[in-house]
Amino acid sequence: MKYSYFPGCSLKGLGRSYEESLLPVMRHLGMELAELNDWNCCGATAYMSVDEGKAAVLAARNLAIAEKAGPEDLMTPCSACYLVLNKTKHNIADYPEINATVQRALGSAHLAYRGSVKVRHPLDMLVHDVGLDVVKEKVVRPLKGLKVAPYYGCQVVRPYATFDDAWNPTTMDRLLATLGAEVVPYPLKTKCCGGSLTGTVPEAGLRLTYILLKEAVRRGADVIATVCPLCQFNLDAYHDQISRRWGPTRIATVYFTQLMGLAFGLPPEQLGLKRNFIPMKPLQAQPTAA
Amino acid sequence: MSDPKWQPRIVAFFCNWCTYTAADLAGVSRLKYAPNVRIIRLMCSGRVDPQFILDALALGADGVLIGGCHLGDCHYAEGNYKTARRFQMLQRLLRDMGIEDQRVRLEWISASEGERVKTVINDMVEQVRALGPLGLPQHREDWDREMAHPAGPARQDEWAGQRAEPEAAHA
Amino acid sequence: MNTNPKNGAVRIGFYICHCGHNIAGMVDCAAVALHIAKLPGVAVSRDYKYMCSDPGQELIQQDIREHQLNRVVVASCSPLLHEHTFRKAVAAGGLNPFYFQMVNIREHDSWVHTDRAEATAKAKSLSHAAVCRVRFHRALETTRVPINPDVLVVGGGIAGIHAALTVANSGKKVFLVERDPSIGGHMAQFDKTFPTLDCAACILTPKMSAVRSHENITLWTYSEVVKVEGYVGNYKVTVRRKPRYVNEELCAGCLECITACVFKEGKFPDEFNVGLSKRKPVYIPFAQAVPPVVVIDPERCLQVRTGKCKKTCIEACADRHAIDFSQKEERVEVQVGNIIVATGFKLFDAKRIPQYGYGHFPNVVTAIELERLVNSSGPTAGEIVLRDGRQPKSVGVILCVGSRDLKTNRWCSRTCCMHSMKLAQLVREHTGADVTVFYMDIRAPGKGYEEFYDKSLKEGIQFVRGRVAEVTDWAMAPEEEGKLVIRVEDTLAGFVRRIPLDMIVLAAGMEPQADSQEVRRMFNMSCGTEGWFLEKHPKLAPVSTFTDGVFIAGCCQGPKDIPDSVAQAGAAAAEAMALVDKGYIEQEPNTAYIVEADCSGCKSCLPLCPYTAILFDDAKQKARINGALCKGCGTCVASCPSGSIRQNLFEDEEIFSEIEGVLAYV
Repeated sequence: MKYSYFPGCSLKGLGRSYEESLLPVMRHLGMELAELNDWNCCGATAYMSVDEGKAAVLAARNLAIAEKAGPEDLMTPCSACYLVLNKTKHNIADYPEINATVQRALGSAHLAYRGSVKVRHPLDMLVHDVGLDVVKEKVVRPLKGLKVAPYYGCQVVRPYATFDDAWNPTTMDRLLATLGAEVVPYPLKTKCCGGSLTGTVPEAGLRLTYILLKEAVRRGADVIATVCPLCQFNLDAYHDQISRRWGPTRIATVYFTQLMGLAFGLPPEQLGLKRNFIPMKPLQAQPTAA
Repeated sequence: MSDPKWQPRIVAFFCNWCTYTAADLAGVSRLKYAPNVRIIRLMCSGRVDPQFILDALALGADGVLIGGCHLGDCHYAEGNYKTARRFQMLQRLLRDMGIEDQRVRLEWISASEGERVKTVINDMVEQVRALGPLGLPQHREDWDREMAHPAGPARQDEWAGQRAEPEAAHA
Repeated sequence: MNTNPKNGAVRIGFYICHCGHNIAGMVDCAAVALHIAKLPGVAVSRDYKYMCSDPGQELIQQDIREHQLNRVVVASCSPLLHEHTFRKAVAAGGLNPFYFQMVNIREHDSWVHTDRAEATAKAKSLSHAAVCRVRFHRALETTRVPINPDVLVVGGGIAGIHAALTVANSGKKVFLVERDPSIGGHMAQFDKTFPTLDCAACILTPKMSAVRSHENITLWTYSEVVKVEGYVGNYKVTVRRKPRYVNEELCAGCLECITACVFKEGKFPDEFNVGLSKRKPVYIPFAQAVPPVVVIDPERCLQVRTGKCKKTCIEACADRHAIDFSQKEERVEVQVGNIIVATGFKLFDAKRIPQYGYGHFPNVVTAIELERLVNSSGPTAGEIVLRDGRQPKSVGVILCVGSRDLKTNRWCSRTCCMHSMKLAQLVREHTGADVTVFYMDIRAPGKGYEEFYDKSLKEGIQFVRGRVAEVTDWAMAPEEEGKLVIRVEDTLAGFVRRIPLDMIVLAAGMEPQADSQEVRRMFNMSCGTEGWFLEKHPKLAPVSTFTDGVFIAGCCQGPKDIPDSVAQAGAAAAEAMALVDKGYIEQEPNTAYIVEADCSGCKSCLPLCPYTAILFDDAKQKARINGALCKGCGTCVASCPSGSIRQNLFEDEEIFSEIEGVLAYV
């Protein structure tokens, strides 16, 4: 199965460990990924609130390049990029003015976008294209005894719940269960982590992060699995400030792909686990809360 | 091309039980729509004789709208199916006459769809406005005059031109 | 052209109505009257404030006499509203009522346009058309169709029961058909009814009993209507009677067979208790069921499914022999003159709003489930308990679940505010628990309802105005541990609150029944956009439909409470009885007829009539129409190649003249 791959800025920067774990896992499953040549920043959610037309053009350039590259499916692991590209597709299809702006701008770069690219999330691809049976076959080191809280964040389910339920998504739950982990019931799985508010309005943003961490610990999780670089960062990097403000919670947050890599027996050093602020306890160790 | 003060004139045949009632509902709901349509009430869209449509166009209507119940919901069980069949055949005839599809329109509108009456009428009026007047009465007068005074400029025998080519191909 | 070759000199009276401000506000009525006055054949042309009023009608009658009018045209509101009124007025003036034509310049003109000049031009054009048309009208007589005095009532809830009793009490025969094994409907499941807190069973069961013992009512439960043929006064209805495997005449309702059943305990969800308890394959829906006869569930009974059972039930019924596994489905035909449809509603499925946790958290229940808990003959004998058996100390009621919501149902379900407050009062009475009602608005419009709301407040029930965002089990504070937490913006206090509660009750709304589209097609009715059966007029004809002889009553027409359902049932019964008492209905004389001399015997028309009103006379080799069967659709008229089929009231020349009239440049 051949896919184009749009990493986005985060996966080459702060969210490096996402890419570091995602690519070997995908290779291990026989997925062919071709990183888009000369891709650009998608604009994230910020640019859309500044100038809708320009934001659409910025994001659409990636869609145009992907269309030219060949494979219909474009894997987009970062939640913000996933949402932005999908939203851009909708805007181009639903609003003729935006479409006109986009096509004109793309045209000046000798590009065009005809609407054929499918923006796919790795969870979607793993569960629906590869299939959990195939994933199970590759598991050589089941994550027995590891209690995982599956945290999806908001952008993969709102406003478009394209591959899972908006209120109670279960693709990652099922994937983690296939890896042998014990999936902890986690009602906050789509509750906002604070997003960029953790930087701009910390009292509000960090409080949201704190709520997620507290509940995960309360539910007995050893680790939180996430799909989004910003969620991972928020949940991982602010424990000092959070403990000072509200109370101690100490639990590691990793990417689900890192857990997949461990279960597949890939070398842990290659999965970027050392980049975490809060290290994940080694697999055999007993879980401890703060 | 046409008088700037020209307004499209559309004759509508609405069935009593569904579309006429829906138009009443549009009125009760005080929806506002273009005033270019004149509604004639029939008991069923099945009563619409194609001659009515042709007569309306010949007398100066720029468009004709037929409204009936949704298929399967006809108050008289099957009348609207007959309307649909007749309409399809009539449409072919109209095309042959050079009358555009948008001028004669068949819509299924149920008794509770007051809003649809408004959107269909507004939509059709705009489409017909864009097409311009059909002007059949004027055309008929012109043709009558031509027939009465054939000593006008010689008209090229259209058939001659067409016949030449196939013969050449066989040569 | 002021003579009609057929009828001699035509003298037309034209009247345009102001309808107060409704028409005159947009149409220059005087100008229209002036325009029409100039048309050939118009003897009188007037404008008047209210044509449908007594003076208005008298004006017409006076003019008929004084000016020898032989045609009348009134331009006013929709003929669907007042054509009948004016025809009667014309008849009272001594002129055949079908010399009358009506022009709709209100619903189709003054109410829908905004430019006075355009609206007036349209009124002139439509009036002009009517004046042209009416020239060709002829004197017609209505035909009388006899009405079969029997009445069919479909649905045995409170509305159906009341309608059946009202009709039966007047001496007429009623067939009451109910799909469930017992009548009673949703009301039988309630504990107390608002605002009086009357016991629902106490006021319902006497009526159910009266239905059973009434000499004029034939009660068919566990039965469904599957086909309706015919027309007003002469309906032939096919009813499918499902086999109970129990003989209704012989069963004494002793329930020994249930005790004796090979299933030692109930295993299947009990429908009457909304799944809160279990029943056996042989069961009685509830203790006061009417008829008081058990029923055997064919999908669960071992004997019916496999043929291999000890049949201890038959042993238990040894002396009465009421159990009969050889019963088969029966199809029965009845002839009735009128039908009252009272098929009720379906409850909104609260699982469609996952944020409220129904089906996920065991202690989130719907109002009807709480109703069964509160009821002393319910699954917990009236004990309000959580799933683990403990009594709740705090209960939250969420209103508008599924209703008033663009994502689910747009309408207000009308009864939820009241029944939620009722349940709140009952919960408080039974358990002393704290009760909080989460609302957007409180709707308490009926008699005694606002006082009931006051009573709720006095009893210490808390009201929080806000749309509940979610029901969750994640605790932020020690007092929230183990409880369900409602997160809601308290709009009156101005901040978001978290409220921990033991039990959450969802006031799920009402919806049309799942098969309402099939049912309405069967009875030749329409549904509104929201799926409820469509009444003829929302204000003036709420229980009639567009099909004569078919009436609707109760929640199938739209959400309503018991007093309104009963009122509508009485209204529908009265309308049906009015037709029956008169004995006939006057058919609109818009039937088709064949001019024999012109018919060529091509037979194109024969297969077109859905009422098989067209016959072929083999001797004469010509088609013939049976006027009694013809319903006046006109389909055959439009299709006749020789134009030998004509339609009264919708003659070709009448319509052609109308077309000419609307296009005559104004």
